[in-house]
Amino acid sequence: MTQPWMKNRLVQWVDYRLPMFSFMEKELIDYPTPRNLSYWWNFGSLAGIVLVIMIVTGIVLAMHYTPHVDYAFDSVERIMRDVNYGWLIRYIHTNGGSAFFIIVYIHIFRGLYYGSYKSPREILWILGVIILLCMMATAFMGYVLPWGQMSFWGATVITNLFSAVPIVGDIIVTWLWGGFTVDNPTLNRFYSLHYLMPFVIVGVVALHMISLHQHGSNNPLGIDAKGPQDKIPFHPYYTVKDMFGLCAFLTIFAGFVFFAPNFFGEPENYIPADPLVTPPHIVPEWYFLPYYAILRSITFDIWFLSAKLIGVVLMFGSILILFLVPWLDRSPVRSARYRPIYKQLFWVLVIDCLVLGWVGGNPPEGIFVVIGQIATLYYFAHFLVLLPLLSFIETPRPLPTSIAEPVLGGSGGPPAAAEQPMEKAQ
Amino acid sequence: MRRTVGALVAAFVLIGSSPALAAGEAAVPPSMKWTFDGLFGSFDRAALRRGFQVYTEVCSACHSLRLVHYRNLTEIGFSEDQVKAIAAEVEVTDGPDAEGEMFDRPGLPSDRFVSPFPNDNAARAANNGALPPDLSLVTKSRIGGPNYIHGLMVGYRDAPDDMEMSEGMEYNMYFPGHQIAMAAPLSDELVEYTDGTEATVPQMAKDVTNFLVWAAEPELEERKRMGVKVVLFLLLLTGMLFAVKRAVWSNVPH
Repeated sequence: MTQPWMKNRLVQWVDYRLPMFSFMEKELIDYPTPRNLSYWWNFGSLAGIVLVIMIVTGIVLAMHYTPHVDYAFDSVERIMRDVNYGWLIRYIHTNGGSAFFIIVYIHIFRGLYYGSYKSPREILWILGVIILLCMMATAFMGYVLPWGQMSFWGATVITNLFSAVPIVGDIIVTWLWGGFTVDNPTLNRFYSLHYLMPFVIVGVVALHMISLHQHGSNNPLGIDAKGPQDKIPFHPYYTVKDMFGLCAFLTIFAGFVFFAPNFFGEPENYIPADPLVTPPHIVPEWYFLPYYAILRSITFDIWFLSAKLIGVVLMFGSILILFLVPWLDRSPVRSARYRPIYKQLFWVLVIDCLVLGWVGGNPPEGIFVVIGQIATLYYFAHFLVLLPLLSFIETPRPLPTSIAEPVLGGSGGPPAAAEQPMEKAQ
Repeated sequence: MRRTVGALVAAFVLIGSSPALAAGEAAVPPSMKWTFDGLFGSFDRAALRRGFQVYTEVCSACHSLRLVHYRNLTEIGFSEDQVKAIAAEVEVTDGPDAEGEMFDRPGLPSDRFVSPFPNDNAARAANNGALPPDLSLVTKSRIGGPNYIHGLMVGYRDAPDDMEMSEGMEYNMYFPGHQIAMAAPLSDELVEYTDGTEATVPQMAKDVTNFLVWAAEPELEERKRMGVKVVLFLLLLTGMLFAVKRAVWSNVPH
């Protein structure tokens, strides 16, 4: 369908030279989208909007923040107390970080459940994992900026991990710090990189979108669209659905920003950084706890490999392994709806990740060590053993012949069926 | 398999019992009713002013409040003239003047609260080696927040017989490890309230906690006021968008 404003002569003049209007029409309005997407498909656009919120609030915060060890903490408090609505902007930014990870984790698990990483969407998935890695780097460096106790000690613990690299480890750590301890040069470069990384993320998100629009969204049935009756235009159907989802999210988000703004934070980080006083429990932000649990689950050396080195490799490996998921999962069926065993293993994996997060938030003593080791072992077993094995032993349930079939009945029906008022299947 | 199940059961037992474990370390301070709690919470101005009096006459001998300005006191009900008078009671080092000399002058509303010690070392030297923490953010930076600060004020007891106390330390049931360098700061009738309120220890503890919550979160009232409006607006908008979504999708079987 051609939009009426495309007939405007000015629009046509511009579009002939810079096809921004036809691009919008093709990718945002007419863009054919599976008709059966559930609310789990809201989280992609939601993540994109939160990224914009983070960049906008972050730019404003940067106007008032001072990246120096003597002034950083006080400049943040000045934002909270003296900058007009500074408390609002900062609380949106800090809670926005947590919201971003919740949304992206749901988005990733949705992809795992419905097999969204399978051909032809392998590169789409890989770009998503790259976005996750960039987000983690950005969040870690951002958490250092207020220069509270957890900022300082978190930065010390995490940067020290690189000392586990054989031979050149200490040289790398000195190079990262810009000195012989976490100090002003470290804070300065983290600030610089924290400002840079979101724009790298925007770039990778653009590639993610291009890759997505090449073949369109996957859908809850996990089967390809068979014809025009399987798809509907993005606008108005998914624009309005995404708007509704966005507002529902913003309502919950506002609840945290205005009524429990420090819910996700550590009280300890409201104490200025002191290199001479180590906090009793050094814990990262909640979204890093599962990786922290994996890191600390290795309590033993293997031959010449130190426990620390193995822990670091496994921690990074737990994310890098996601790159291989499209090739570890050999099953031709995408959606877990038609994979009886995978469906159960998926939920076990979700629980396993929650257990890892819980272990990561507790001191590495007693039972937590054992639970952490079992959960770590299971995490890797899921991807390296169970997933490849499943394609041989699992018998998928029969797939519907088309997306339209389960809702329209018969074998898809003519395109006109979409226009007829019919009883809803859901 | 049985071992795994055993481990899981043990894990869940542990989840259930972890508060009890924490209680062995330091008792959980009682949950108080605060006027600033809840969706519509606001500060009790009279309590804030009494708390300010307790801070000024008691706490400020050792504890700084370096992130708060005297001008902020207008927010808790002092007039501008009163704030000028309060600020003028302290000496502030300023300068250098035209001759390059530092000089002392009476405080101004634009000054930050003057700290009792020039630096941390001086504070430690005067306090048996312990550093009295700055109180500007203390209700935000301690687990338990206001309840913990209040508990600490009223939690002084005689040490149990089987506990060996280090020299100069006091026993407090809510302090992690129980040994605290600060002597019990409050005693009945320690301050004389101008509004006639009886200055009991629990009363002063509550008042000073109110004041410190305000010092840490001066935006609290504005935040909650705005939050109620924002959430109501968003609920309405979400409801309307849901109706629009249903209308738009009504001719699409899905």
